Amino acid sequence: MRLKCPSNFRIVRLPCTGKIDIHHILRSFEKGADGVYVVGCREGECHYTSGNFRARKRVEQASSLLDKIGIGGERVRMYNLSSGEAPLFVQYSAEMDEHVRELGPSPVRKAKGIGEQVA
Amino acid sequence: MSNKTSSKLEKVLRSGHLAVTSECGPPRGSDPEAVKKKGEMIKEYVDSVNITDNQTSMTRLSSLAACIHLKLAGLDPVLQMVTRDRNRIALQSDILGAASFDINNILCLSGDHQSFGDCAQGQNVHDLDSMQLIQTVRHMRDEGKFLGGDDINGPPDMFVGAAANPFADPFEIRVPRLAKKVACGAEFIQTQCIYNLDRFEEWMKGVRERGLHEKVFILAGMTPMKSAGMAKFMKNRVPGMDVPDEIVKRLSGVEKKQQAQEGIDICVESMQRLKEIEGVAGFHVMAIEWEEKVPEIVERSGLYPRPDV
Amino acid sequence: MIIAEKKPIEEIIQEVKEYGRILILGCNECVTVCEAGGKKEVQVLASALRMYFLKEGMEKTIDERTLERQCDHEYLEELREDIDRYDAVLSLACGVGVQFAAEKYMETPLLPGVNTTCLGANEQRGVWTERCQACGSCVLASTAGICPVSRCAKRVLNGPCGGSSDGKCEINKELDCAWQLIIDRLKALGRLEEYESVAPIKDWSTDRAGGPRKTVREDVQI
Repeated sequence: MRLKCPSNFRIVRLPCTGKIDIHHILRSFEKGADGVYVVGCREGECHYTSGNFRARKRVEQASSLLDKIGIGGERVRMYNLSSGEAPLFVQYSAEMDEHVRELGPSPVRKAKGIGEQVA
Repeated sequence: MSNKTSSKLEKVLRSGHLAVTSECGPPRGSDPEAVKKKGEMIKEYVDSVNITDNQTSMTRLSSLAACIHLKLAGLDPVLQMVTRDRNRIALQSDILGAASFDINNILCLSGDHQSFGDCAQGQNVHDLDSMQLIQTVRHMRDEGKFLGGDDINGPPDMFVGAAANPFADPFEIRVPRLAKKVACGAEFIQTQCIYNLDRFEEWMKGVRERGLHEKVFILAGMTPMKSAGMAKFMKNRVPGMDVPDEIVKRLSGVEKKQQAQEGIDICVESMQRLKEIEGVAGFHVMAIEWEEKVPEIVERSGLYPRPDV
Repeated sequence: MIIAEKKPIEEIIQEVKEYGRILILGCNECVTVCEAGGKKEVQVLASALRMYFLKEGMEKTIDERTLERQCDHEYLEELREDIDRYDAVLSLACGVGVQFAAEKYMETPLLPGVNTTCLGANEQRGVWTERCQACGSCVLASTAGICPVSRCAKRVLNGPCGGSSDGKCEINKELDCAWQLIIDRLKALGRLEEYESVAPIKDWSTDRAGGPRKTVREDVQI
């Protein structure tokens, strides 16, 4: 199965989305990302029962903090899918790509004077 | 039992009459006319009048000042004093201040929490609690000493009261709690508004079983309902208030303009029933912002004229 | 332990904006456990502030550090070498830590990054509730192990007041009436008769009323 997927993002692998912390998300923006999306297992299907729910809460907190500091909370999103749903992953990636393009470069990247390409 | 103070209320109670007290809230301003007028309206129908102390934590003219106005108008005021706003220095000082104007009754309370009033961001004091305030006044009067141990030059001459709520939770400590207040030195009790007469009678039974009615004068608290709406509010929104469904139904069953009269009727009927209960020494009629109805309630309950003691 | 909560980031921005080189200083004790001022919170706050000031075009150096404790000389001394590199320190310790650092480093502004709320317990994940007001003269032996000073809104020592309804306090339907808890526990202990002993007027001189308190233990002094 060969699917056409946007290639302008980097994957950071985690054993479970429950491992993610707010500062991981913030650090990505600090380093120049224009958007971050966290992709976890479907709700109710976490191998560790609640990892993806924890991730969702942290994504929400990061989003609220990004709003308060003027970076834009809408730049971070959480998606849920199962490991067998590659087409859905591609669909979400394309959706995020389009969403971030609409938002334009993050204020951090603009302030740093990094080039115009979407990270 | 001989009188311990110059209080008119004490004289009425000790001479075996059913006492009648009422209540006035001081104005939210410095003009004393309103409270004087309220006092004048009920003067002939009650033995003593409580003056509330910043009730519901809304800032008002001070209880002490309003008591003085009533005293000068020839009434026997009951100084309500809450422990919320004053430490033991201020409490003792105000007790002496009141005594200097021959105010001979005090009701010791903890006071509503300040979060209900107009200064929700304020501190509360609660250096003492209501029971400890009872002990304080008794100590000052009977020992002639300050809490700090020094002699008082002219101790306060005050009849000491406390509140009791027969309906609050938890029910099993309602009688023990009264016993505790009596042990602290309370000489009269004014109860929370009574609507559930059966429950009140049950409480009174417990009071008699422990002989408390012989150690303290219990004045039954009465507040006439102005409307079915007020009954519902009291039932659902006021903590520690027990309003049976029958009361709400009875008020709702009559036309809106008749509801106030129905409320007075209920109040009078309740008083007639409560008069018969052993241990009820009188009534505390709290007609909230409705003082003009006190004469009618007192008269129709067969408690007028008031004894001359 | 001491419970604290994070100050809103808007307030922190106002506190620190006039300084160029800022150290965000966490504490590895109570505020770490209550997730208000430990290493993780330092990371998040530092990152957020860096981005904010970058976006605003304000040049700042914002560093992160977390000490074992901020209420002990030996740990605070670890800053001695580096303190002059900063124009201000934003401490995420409780009020004790902020002050202790401030007393030690007289020439560096010390700013609070949390609000210290109470002495409390971790009732459940993300919920901390008050249990003690450090009145300096514990009454728990006579109140069935439940503290009316810290848990009653009127700190009545002979309760409950008339505002107790269905076991809850009049000021908040979610707040247990401390005196209901005391009575329930006295019953469970089979000692309800103790309810009738009157608590005497309390000596508040060991409380805040007596001025700042000092505990001296000669037996442990060197």
